[in-house]
Amino acid sequence: MRKSLLAVLTLIIGVVFIARLLQLQVLSTSYQKLSDNNAILAISEYPERGFIYDRNGKLLVANQAAYDIMIIPENVIPFDTLAFCTLVNIPKKTLINNLKKARRFSKRLPSVVVNQISKETYARLQEQMWKYEGFFIQKKSLRDYQINFGANILGYVSEVNDNDIKKEEYYQPGELIGRQGIEKSYEKELRGEKGKRFLQKDRFNRIIGVYKNKSFDIDPKVAKDIQLTLDATLQEYGEFLMQNKRGGIVAIEPSSGEILALISTPSYNPNLLVGRDRTNNYRKLAQDTLAKPLFDRGLQALYPPGSPFKTLNALVALQEGVITPETKFKCNEGHYYARGAFMKCHCRKGSQNNLLKGIYNSCNTFFANTYKRIIEKHETPEKGLNQWNEHLKSFGLGNYLGYDLSIGKKGFIPNAAYYDQWYSKGGWKAATIISNAIGQGEVLTTPIQLANFTAAIANRGHYYTPHFLRSVSGDSIPRKFVRKNTSIDPKHFEVVIDGMHKVVEKGTARVARIKGIEVCGKTGTAENFTKINGVRTQLTDHSIFVAFAPKDDPKIAIAVFIENGYWGGRWAAPIASLMIEKYINGEIIRSWLEKRMADGNISSEYEKPYSGKPFKINE
Amino acid sequence: MNKSFYRLDWIIIALYIALVGYGLINIYSTNYNENSSLFNFGIPVGKQFLFFIVSILVAVIILITKAKVFERFASIFYLISILSLIGLFIFGKKISGATSWYAFGGVGLQPSEFVKVTTALAVSKILSEIQFNLKKIKSLFQIGFVIVLPMILIILQPDPGTALVFVGFFFVLFREGLNVIFLLTIIGLIFFFILALIAPIPFIITSIITLLISMYFFSKKLNKKTSLLPYLLVIFLSCGYVSSVDYIFNTVFEQRHRDRINIILGKELDTQGIGYNINQSKIAIGSGGWDGKGFLQGTQTKGDFVPQQHTDYIFSTIGEEWGFYGSSIVVVAFCFLIIRILYKTENLKNKFARTYGHSLAAILFLHFFINIGMSLGLVPTIGIPLPFISYGGSSLLAFSCLLFIFLNLDANRLNE
Repeated sequence: MRKSLLAVLTLIIGVVFIARLLQLQVLSTSYQKLSDNNAILAISEYPERGFIYDRNGKLLVANQAAYDIMIIPENVIPFDTLAFCTLVNIPKKTLINNLKKARRFSKRLPSVVVNQISKETYARLQEQMWKYEGFFIQKKSLRDYQINFGANILGYVSEVNDNDIKKEEYYQPGELIGRQGIEKSYEKELRGEKGKRFLQKDRFNRIIGVYKNKSFDIDPKVAKDIQLTLDATLQEYGEFLMQNKRGGIVAIEPSSGEILALISTPSYNPNLLVGRDRTNNYRKLAQDTLAKPLFDRGLQALYPPGSPFKTLNALVALQEGVITPETKFKCNEGHYYARGAFMKCHCRKGSQNNLLKGIYNSCNTFFANTYKRIIEKHETPEKGLNQWNEHLKSFGLGNYLGYDLSIGKKGFIPNAAYYDQWYSKGGWKAATIISNAIGQGEVLTTPIQLANFTAAIANRGHYYTPHFLRSVSGDSIPRKFVRKNTSIDPKHFEVVIDGMHKVVEKGTARVARIKGIEVCGKTGTAENFTKINGVRTQLTDHSIFVAFAPKDDPKIAIAVFIENGYWGGRWAAPIASLMIEKYINGEIIRSWLEKRMADGNISSEYEKPYSGKPFKINE
Repeated sequence: MNKSFYRLDWIIIALYIALVGYGLINIYSTNYNENSSLFNFGIPVGKQFLFFIVSILVAVIILITKAKVFERFASIFYLISILSLIGLFIFGKKISGATSWYAFGGVGLQPSEFVKVTTALAVSKILSEIQFNLKKIKSLFQIGFVIVLPMILIILQPDPGTALVFVGFFFVLFREGLNVIFLLTIIGLIFFFILALIAPIPFIITSIITLLISMYFFSKKLNKKTSLLPYLLVIFLSCGYVSSVDYIFNTVFEQRHRDRINIILGKELDTQGIGYNINQSKIAIGSGGWDGKGFLQGTQTKGDFVPQQHTDYIFSTIGEEWGFYGSSIVVVAFCFLIIRILYKTENLKNKFARTYGHSLAAILFLHFFINIGMSLGLVPTIGIPLPFISYGGSSLLAFSCLLFIFLNLDANRLNE
């Protein structure tokens, strides 16, 4: 035992050491990570975010530099805080708070103390940087909006939150992500792909060189620039006309589905959501629950479509063969559609309206009867209604259109199941749902759906999915936005289009006539209600107008919706007409009309429900 | 030389060269920069290489020296080395808090490293004297004095780590017949010391009493004559010792020693202050994986995270850059070396040579155990080098002397 004690001990220790090595090096993986955290610094390199252009190549969104002041707490030596605060213009309390926060976060890792200082402050600070040991400046790229309109389309970028990080591994805290609009829809194209640089650190957290000869580095992938279908001039002009009015305008190029303008008012200057005041400004916008500036009325607002919907009913009836262009209905300032139920109309007593007249006089009686025939064509109203529903759906109603912005509403086109639920099976017939004939009742559409079916009419039976993307970095896009045919035979369109032309020539929208351009349109007036203290109260009607022009070679289809604008010809038609003139002619001759529209202010209408006083509508 | 030259243990020599070479590679990596070269004598790897060449020359001189010389002049070597330790207090140079060095121009020499050699010679000489008997109190005092004197002088520098290595001579004494009571006492002292630090003292005392009393009754059944007295004595002494551990720990030890022990016992978690070295060393080794990050590729090593990495913590470089394979081969190599020396030693008839061989093995074992154990976080931080591998001229030279004297003795085993 005496002879072998040391040898045995040596063997035991040898085995223990090898077991320990096995445990440390092979069985436990945590040391590898600890070592990496210790010694390797991974720095992300971001490509500059892509620019956004309009259809004519006008730059809409670029980038600007901003500078964050960073510190590494353990390197900071006492400094003149007051001088520093005056230099970068922040209260001393904020500075001290931020320094504390940084220290609490980590003594060795950099934290932001002052974020997004201006170029001017940066220049001043740089001369004095030597005074502030442990401070350094990190350049950051912010969005720079070249325009003060189109915020609802462009969207904005902001820092990722925990949810984003959970959803997509790509993002890390502090990085930016497109939050709304184009910035969100084309986030991947606009952001590019960040790269990675690995640096070797020493134990003082100092960088001592590149890691493994850069073999692990990943180069950032260049971000792509995006060209939109948007016509910036038209968009700006639309927002100008819409000031002090709430509503939306959607303009589409029928031959391609390209969206030329998408206006929602009230809106805001996109530059508000950039930089240091972003959070404050956003809160203000989000808290405005009356005007709802963040609510895109062009895409999200559901309104009853009103009379423009009659054109669709006419097309359905023609396709179903329940009327011909010659079919006439008699109108006596309205008609009884059921016993004791009278529907009023503007037509004079004893009018005999055929389809053409029915459209340009917007005859309720004509369309109520037409609708009745559609529903009653089959043995049961269920079948008739569902047939009608199918036709309307082929115009993109009652469902998402599939455009390239992430917000929207489906709208609503009722079917038999819907009424069965309300009235029980067999408990309803054409007369019960007659309001649908004139675009009231249960039908709901968004302005972009109005514009889209107008484009489909202009195209005589088909439309292209509306969209904003024209090209990415000069490459044209794959045909993601396809042609869709409606279920209506093209031959039925001419008479309806003729009717719409007459609406402008001698009907309800004569104000929309433009010299040298054949405009086709249809006005609308939609009743609407709100609840005031729980009481259903009617408000001033919405003013609606859909149009396209020129008649035989449509360049633009447009829908204008003015909340509580009374009747279609009052606001919506003139504004649509000016938009068409601006787009096609490039200039406005009727400056009197332009002035009247731009100066028009119907804010008083919007205040009525909140005034607490009794008020009159439609005045 | 002649015949004995052929009896040299070339396996040990090959192992020696391999270990020093491996050390050079890792020292090169630890302090790597663009000027690194074996022949740049201004940097650690160059200096180490220089000392390696010197060591080889000295080794050759040792090998051609007659084996008898070491035995005959052992006392003189010992005296000279003790004087050199005393001389440190007058001429020594203070480096990082300890006066352990003589500075000759740019070269520092650390006498405490060489005292290991001379003490080994002196101990062997005394033990091999005919009238020496470990059962005699006088002999015990004589040998104890020879071992403890350099320890005290080294502790005074202060360099307690190096002094601790002399505890290794205990194995030699035990091999040569020291009463087993000493072994049990030492094991008991260490065991109870650790136990007293991690477990509540009343609990330990109760356990000791219960255990020993039941042992007494058990042996009484086997042998009626068993006396109670030794059991009572052991109970009394061990309980007294356990109760005083706290006192010893808190008053005799310094705070840094307490911290080092507490960290190993897991009673303190500290990765920034005193525990930094151990933690970083563990990270470096742990991040090596099976086959390591590769030569010059260790991120921990490059980032200089482990302090004293080319000296006491050289094993962490090996662990990081050469992985499990590269570091376990070092463990295996040391075990093999120590056991081979012990094996050869047992075959020696000459008592001087045998005792010397045992001293060599014991010293190597202590260095191996403490140094690698410390790098692996198993042993409290005690700053002593890993033989042949760690950077340090004196250490390399002294270990070379230690080893080649043994090789000489071994090669001349038949020339009695």
